[in-house]
Order: sequence, then structure tokens, then C-alpha cells
Amino acid sequence: MQYMLLCCIDESRWTALATGERDQVMKEYDDFVQGIVKSGHYRAGGRLDGVATSTTLRERNGRLVTTDGPFAETKEQLGGYHLIECRDLDEALAIARRIPTLRVGGAVEVRPVLGASHD
Amino acid sequence: MNLEELHRREYGRILATLIRVVRDIGDAEDALQEAFAAAMVQWPKEGPPRNPVAWLITAARNKAIDQLRRRTLAEQKRQEIAELAAQEVDAPVPLDSLRLIFTCCHPSLAPEAQVALTLRTVCGLTTEEIARAFLVPPATLAQRIVRAKAKIKGAHIPYEVPEDDALAERLAAVLTVVYLVFNEGYTASFGGDLIRKELCSEAIRLARMLCELLPAERECTGLLALMLLHDARRDTRTDANGEIVTLEDQDRSRWDRARIAEGAALAERALRGGPPGEYALQAAIAALHATAAKAADTDWRQIAELYAVLAGIYPSPVIELNRAVAVAMAEGCERGLALLAAIDLPGYYLLPAARADLLRRLGRNAEAADAYRAALALVTNDAERRFLSRRLAEVSAVVH
Repeated sequence: MQYMLLCCIDESRWTALATGERDQVMKEYDDFVQGIVKSGHYRAGGRLDGVATSTTLRERNGRLVTTDGPFAETKEQLGGYHLIECRDLDEALAIARRIPTLRVGGAVEVRPVLGASHD
Repeated sequence: MNLEELHRREYGRILATLIRVVRDIGDAEDALQEAFAAAMVQWPKEGPPRNPVAWLITAARNKAIDQLRRRTLAEQKRQEIAELAAQEVDAPVPLDSLRLIFTCCHPSLAPEAQVALTLRTVCGLTTEEIARAFLVPPATLAQRIVRAKAKIKGAHIPYEVPEDDALAERLAAVLTVVYLVFNEGYTASFGGDLIRKELCSEAIRLARMLCELLPAERECTGLLALMLLHDARRDTRTDANGEIVTLEDQDRSRWDRARIAEGAALAERALRGGPPGEYALQAAIAALHATAAKAADTDWRQIAELYAVLAGIYPSPVIELNRAVAVAMAEGCERGLALLAAIDLPGYYLLPAARADLLRRLGRNAEAADAYRAALALVTNDAERRFLSRRLAEVSAVVH
């Protein structure tokens, strides 16, 4: 069973952190990713660039419109993702709660990936 | 035992074991439903089987195999059928009930869905019964349950008792659901009385089951004690007209002595052998109330101390409010009023109501009347409103 961990973060809060603290979280993040690679759960993952670099496509009145920015104007924005292979939701949640951005105001959404079941 | 009684007592236990075998809540429910329907036709004709529970499990398992056959004949299903057919189960496995309750009370399900699903599966209440108890349309409740089951399946919520490192947190979620069920039944201000009584006894039954299966978990014991001690007083909390009777004025001779004795003994056990938990402390407080022969004999000093311990572990203004009242009764209403003045609980009617009661006891009737009015502006429950209005009339009569 595969789960997508969608890591959201409040960018303004993130940039407001002291450099030392940000570096510390990033280091813990590296350790976290190495951990799930080593344990065999890791399938894919990546960190996204800031929402300032984002472009959204959407159909409006039958025409495809390209706009600057993310699709939803919320305080928290998608900042990265991990695709993991787990036995069940509990295992996925146990991994998700180790994500270091949680303690600096981040949120993690855990969603099963359809059709990726291996049992 | 007739079939209805059997359904009442065994449904949840049988279902829990079937779910493990069939590996799907919906399929297991359908199969068990069909097995009971078959029993209703066959047993009166052929006489009840020697082991009715084993009969039901076997019948349900066969129905589940039929269901799987009907649905598809893909290779994978054929293998599942073979596995299912090979499983000999003729008695419910207690551990399965525990698995089921942990699945139903999984924190990834919405709290109201956890409650509904637990009552539907573990307790075997019908959707209509649960809807009536919670005053929601049956269709809404049915949908809540359907969604929860779909999420369990889709997100692969496991059918397992959590491992040791997660057990405490997950058990707390289970106990919250059990206590929610109890409180829904206990705050009897609306809805049918019968179904509410039923909720209380279901909550107590669930807690007994948890205590039996997790004997080392003292908070299970604490919660069971707390509910027994509350339930012992249930019939004396309102008068014949449905009006509230305060703890002070309740007819103690009508309290259920056996329940109180059991609850008090369990409360004591829950407090021993480690730092006290939230439910154990609340149960200890309830035990002090329940074992006082007269209201005037209540050991308010010890109750105040227990609230202080509780507030130390779980800081909350509601606990501070209760502590202030206990201090008032132990050391004088003036002390209590001073403590109440420091509590910030905007919109919570019990704060002005507690203030009003202490002012009334002090004979400061004009101030008491003001506080009762403040409480009346916030209260939502009709019985509470009538009670506060009566008290307001009493203190106003003395003023004028």
C-alpha cells in the first residue's frame, strides 16, 4: 500500500525562523529522508520551490487560463512530498509524525495512493 | 436464550471475529445479518442448535464465501475463498473485539463517526437507535457510518490492537468515545429515556470489556469506576416532573449501593500502582460524593485536594471551577468566590451559576440574582434553565 505524505508549511513563518533553526530543521529533514530510505519505505519524494515560483492552470469559461501563484490562497502551502510504501495507515502515520517541519507550524496530509496496493 | 437476546449479547463479539476472518467490515456485517435471518427461519422449525454462537459464525462464514463467489471469480478471489473456507472458527475471539474497537475509534475518523461506528458494530445497536439517541436523522447517521467504513477500507486502517508505543494514546481515544457514549446517555434532558439508559449501559459494558482485555491499563478501570458511580445516582437526579435535583438534595436512600460499592473499589484500584490518571481521579471524587451518608458529611477538603491534583496534571479552567466550589464548601464561600473571580471561561454558564450559588449561600441575594441572570443568558439546556429560573425567583423573593 502506498501513501503520499503531503507536507504543508506556512512560508512566511518558515522564512521568519532564525537561520540556525532553519538549518537545524533541514538537517533533521535529511536524516528523516535517509531514515525512510534505509528502512525501505521510501519510493519518491522532493522539496518544492516557494509559491512565488508557482503557476496554476485552470479552465475558465471554456478557456484554459494560466495564472501566477498556487491554486489555493491559503496560509499553508504545499512544500514537499514523500511517497512511501507501508503496511497500513498506522505505519504511514507513525512515519509522518517524524517529519521535522511539524514542530515549526507545518502540517502533513496522509493520503493513500489508488491502485498501488501490494497485498 | 432467544434469538433477540442472543443478538443483543453476542452480535458485536461474533462480528469482531468475522471481520478478522472476512477482512472487511461491510462484508462481515452483511454475512452476519443473513446468518441471523436464516436462524430466524430455521431454529423455530428445527429447534435451536446445541451451540447457537458456533452455528451463527459458521453460517455467516458460509454466507461470506457465497458473497465472494457471487461477486467475482478472479483467481485472487478464488484463493481468498479457499483461505476463508479453511478457517475453522466456532467461538468469538475476545481479542477481536478489542481490534474492532481500536479500529472504530481510530483518530483518523471524525469523532462523531467513531462513536456511531462503535455503537453500530461493537454494541450492535441499529442505525435507527443510534440516530434517535443522538437526535440526528437516520439517513445522516447511516451516511456517517458508510463514510467511516469506506475510509477504513480505502486508507487501510489496520484491524489491530496498537503496539505498545502507541497504545496509551490510542487507548485514550477509545476511552474518550466510551465516555462520550455514556455522557450522551447521562445528560438526560431530551430524547427518549429508554435509549439513553441503553447508551449508559452500553458504555459500561464496553468499559468492562476493556478492563477484562487490558487489565494492566488503570485508566480503563478508572473510567469504569467513574461511570458506575455516576450511574448509581441516575434516577435521583430529576424529580417526577423532570426537574433537576442537585446532588445536595438527592434522595441518597435511592442510590444504587451495589454500584457505588463496586465503583468505589474500582476507583481505589485505579489510583494505585503509578501516577493517577484523569479518570481515576474523577472516579475518586465521585466516590467521595457517593459514599457520604448525608450531603453535609461530604469530605470537601479531600475533594478540593483531588481537584488540585487533577488541575496539576490536566490544567483546565473547568477543573479550576470545580476546585473553587469544593474549596468553598470546605473552607467557606468567600474563599471559593475569590478563586472563581480568577477563572476565565467566557460563554460558560456554569461559571456565573457557581458564583450565584455561593452568593446565595452567603445570603448576598441581590448579587446572587445578578449572577443567576448572567447564567440564564448563557444556558442552553431547558432543564438547567428552569432550575436557574427557580433559584433566581427564590433569591429575588428574599430581596423584595
